[in-house]
Amino acid sequence: MNADKGFRGIRTVESEPYQLPGAVTDILLQGGRFLNAVATDERHRKDVVAFVLRYFFATECGATASSAYTAVSARIPAERPSYASVTSILPAAAWAERESHDLFGLVPVGHPDLRPLVLHEHWPQGVYPLRKDYPLERRQTYVDASWTYPKVDGEGVFEVPVGPIHAGIIEPGHFRFQVMGDSVLHLEPKLFYTHRGLEKRVEGLDVSSGLPFAEQVCGVCSVSHAISYATAAESLSGVTIPIRASYLRVLVAELERLYNHVGDLGNICAGIGYAYGSTAGSALKEQLLRANAALTGHRYLKGSVALGGMAVDVTERQLLELERALSRIEPRVEDLVQAVVTDDVVQNRFRKTGVLSVQNALNLGVVGPAARASGLPLDVRRDQPYLAYDALQFEVPVQAEGDVFARYWQRLLEARQSFSLIRQVLNRLPEGPVKEPIEDYPKESYAVGVTESPRGENFHFLATDEAGRIARYHVRSATYANWPAVAKAVQGNIVPDFPLINKSFELCYACCDR
Amino acid sequence: MLGPLRKRWNLGHLTEADEHLERRLKAASCRLFGRSLHVRHVDSGSCNGCEFEAMALLNPLYDMQRFGLDFVASPRHADLLLVTGGVTRNLEQAVVRTFEATPLPKLLVAVGACALDGGMIGPTYANRGGVDKLFPVTVYVPGCPPSPMDILDGMVTAVERAEEWDSQKRT
Repeated sequence: MNADKGFRGIRTVESEPYQLPGAVTDILLQGGRFLNAVATDERHRKDVVAFVLRYFFATECGATASSAYTAVSARIPAERPSYASVTSILPAAAWAERESHDLFGLVPVGHPDLRPLVLHEHWPQGVYPLRKDYPLERRQTYVDASWTYPKVDGEGVFEVPVGPIHAGIIEPGHFRFQVMGDSVLHLEPKLFYTHRGLEKRVEGLDVSSGLPFAEQVCGVCSVSHAISYATAAESLSGVTIPIRASYLRVLVAELERLYNHVGDLGNICAGIGYAYGSTAGSALKEQLLRANAALTGHRYLKGSVALGGMAVDVTERQLLELERALSRIEPRVEDLVQAVVTDDVVQNRFRKTGVLSVQNALNLGVVGPAARASGLPLDVRRDQPYLAYDALQFEVPVQAEGDVFARYWQRLLEARQSFSLIRQVLNRLPEGPVKEPIEDYPKESYAVGVTESPRGENFHFLATDEAGRIARYHVRSATYANWPAVAKAVQGNIVPDFPLINKSFELCYACCDR
Repeated sequence: MLGPLRKRWNLGHLTEADEHLERRLKAASCRLFGRSLHVRHVDSGSCNGCEFEAMALLNPLYDMQRFGLDFVASPRHADLLLVTGGVTRNLEQAVVRTFEATPLPKLLVAVGACALDGGMIGPTYANRGGVDKLFPVTVYVPGCPPSPMDILDGMVTAVERAEEWDSQKRT
């Protein structure tokens, strides 16, 4: 029997818990690209009575979004919640398996590194907050335990702890460097400090009230998360959004990419204390934020996307003002980057620093600008086209070097594409309504929503219960996929280059921690 | 001759409230902290939105340093803690230790809906839901995220209320 009745355009392959590695290998050999593994607690469902673990893959490049994904699904029996880990053949699945171990108590047998990930050492063992029988607000006492991490031994090897409270105005994370002199032998990041329990929070809510929570996943990729959630909800209900809304969504998504990329073109300079670059970049970013506010009423474009379309419409006058603002900003971005990259100090610090090889990028499942700067030609907008992207012309720039300079330059190449995409939308924005009402959502079903955020591919999983409310919501942000790559890229570099390398990836922590 | 005018046109400029803020801040911080006020930002589980807006205070359009305000790298150098986020379980110890490391008199400004009462997410197994569950808050700045000017205004209000708050603390 199929556990996934009513799933939306996702090919499902059933597997036994201990045959997962074989089933996953099959998909990988067919050219599948791993997205994420999602655990759900379906013990209360009479037709399932088990945990279900689904490994999602993007399988058909260039196909329509309805057949682009494959799920390998296994029922994990409640009385003995264990399965064969696939991490040894698919390193990108390492975190997902650790996470479902933390939150659901599913044991991946054969996982090479099954330390806690999401719940830190002070969380009591054997308590699994995302199981259905765990109440949302039940707090646990702090357990006195220590955190274990790999150590390097030897004469002259020192350990440098950094964080979670940092010197700058940034999000919290702990970094443990094993160093010899200035060289980093190993970097162990400890993340999930901002784990707020967002996924559990939305369980039991109506699908229609989940959208603002999707925007809360991350304050600075909120549009991308909102579109991912809305795509999943719309695919559940079978509603097609109006054509004007699909163009407007492209507009806000590209505006989001633009303020992030332009901000990064400045902020990466702060990694080497290059004040001209960071100051000029932050001024340009501020102007883009103000243009966002003039267009949608929110500097970070929150509240602009609605289920079934858009919550805001734009007037001709607003579009004219936006065009004027962008034509003022675009040449300044070019000027800024020209000034930065022709500086000897910048060349010296950016080139050959923090190299992420194409092999590592592939193994770890890296996405977004970081993947493209390392030679992986991935872009959801082109590979699994959504919204109006297949009607618009754009290129997916790819570079080979994979160093800080490549990731810096990548931001400029992509910002140019975004300027061009926005101009195309402004020139041929169709008339019509911007929202299609959604009556109701099917019961005991699920769907996924995948979009390309400024940081890469965002994957949302949305399942409904027997009343059509949210049974499980899971977000795998681009940041989640890319964090392990930062630790790899830092290895062999010097400690003072860490802020620079970190900024060149520009990963937000809240996206990853949820 | 047109240079400065054009620059102003391109960059935009702040409102008149700006000068008003400057006067208010001067009056209060001169009295209490001797001309300048040092701020330490603490993320207690925010979504990065409030961080971006706090960061924007340093860009040339807001340039908060001209008011004698600056962000510092250590809580030991700080007069004011700018807390964003609703205090997650994984950060609680770090936030408490940061608060304890800040010398008296210290002000605490809770920035953003999450810091006020946990925001949309509220209390969960992993989230406290509000900074005032742990520490007395001098000023709450609502918004998701509040704009840079709102944050600035919140800090100035905190400084104006510092005497009042500090005397409460002693009694």
